[in-house]
Amino acid sequence: MKQIWAIVFKDIITELRSKELVTSMLTFAILILIIFNIAFNLSTELIRFAAPAILWVSFTFAGVLGLSRSFAIENEGNSIVGLLLTPVDRTLIYFGKMIGNLIFVLIVEILVIPLFVLFFNENLFSNIISLTLIIVLGTIGFVSVGTLLSAIAINTKLREVLLPILLFPIIIPVIASSVKLTASILEGNSINFSDSALQVLVSFDIIFIAASAVIFEFVLDES
Amino acid sequence: MGHVQRIFYFHMGTVWVATIAFIIVFIGSIQYLRKQSRFWDILAYSSAEIGVLFISLTIITGSIWAKPVWGTWWTWDPQLTTTFILWILYVVYMILRSTAGNDERRARFAAVFGIIAFLDLPLVYVSARLMRGISPVVFGPGGGGIDPKMMIALTVTLIAFTLLFILLLKQRVDIEKMKDIIASLKSEGAL
Repeated sequence: MKQIWAIVFKDIITELRSKELVTSMLTFAILILIIFNIAFNLSTELIRFAAPAILWVSFTFAGVLGLSRSFAIENEGNSIVGLLLTPVDRTLIYFGKMIGNLIFVLIVEILVIPLFVLFFNENLFSNIISLTLIIVLGTIGFVSVGTLLSAIAINTKLREVLLPILLFPIIIPVIASSVKLTASILEGNSINFSDSALQVLVSFDIIFIAASAVIFEFVLDES
Repeated sequence: MGHVQRIFYFHMGTVWVATIAFIIVFIGSIQYLRKQSRFWDILAYSSAEIGVLFISLTIITGSIWAKPVWGTWWTWDPQLTTTFILWILYVVYMILRSTAGNDERRARFAAVFGIIAFLDLPLVYVSARLMRGISPVVFGPGGGGIDPKMMIALTVTLIAFTLLFILLLKQRVDIEKMKDIIASLKSEGAL
């Protein structure tokens, strides 16, 4: 367990020094909000209708950016060799990277929400606890597989560009259920644990954290 | 429905093959990661190639059937959405293979993606049912009861397509094995 936190801590310290992940993700997310603002040419009903979708699009796209950079940074400093040399179970490396990525993406999302309320004049705070829960579950969804797939993508010819291609089809269940749940929460409903969308989301999280953790060792290159 | 109904048999045949192919990709991927043997990689790759072809045929035949019967080339109901996503997963598998560089890495990465994709598809189907509200679940050409004669025709079709799949798979695997032999002969000759 300590080893996982060691990896997470390393990533956080690196990020605190360079601040490149959070700033680039946040900027990208804001730009997406702006583009949607302009593209939708904003009537209030349209916004209410589109809010969950816009929110999750900006989360996922910005998140993918951070995920691919996270491993690219490892490659650049060749610190991946250092990681592999330590007598650490590969699965723990997965959890370390995943939790680190999760923290960074969640930070960006927390910062995006008040900005969303500002730009779109749409009150997201009405049901904040349920909303937070869904955002956390959904983010875990795409970060879990994303960590695994970004480790693959970095080691191919296309590098970071391949990650969206690999990731987006896989996370369709996450997007579908998260958007549905977010829409339901914004309408004022509370979360019902027998909701099928919630079941899909939680199942996805469990299945893919487990699968990614187990498969991760096959993805790390010894070279 | 008239004559267009007959496409139904081809359509079921192709979707059946695409599904078996996907299962073989999954099994091949798992076995490759467990045994690191080239055979399983060849099997997974060949099966994926056949799978792309047949899932494309499924979508095309489905579309041809849909236009006269439903009045539209395409709709986003759960079955079609899942079929389309399966097509995308196959294509992404092939893209991954082509950009992954050397043999061993390519096989490993493709195997990982094959497993993830297979685990994902059932969830895609379930979540597709969440989307677009509750549309009338058009089960498909079969609908309610199937005429016994149609059932026989369907069974024969499925058996025929299965045999076709096995034949294509064997041929494709043999071609890959021959490619491997040629490559090793070349490198021996060069020495």
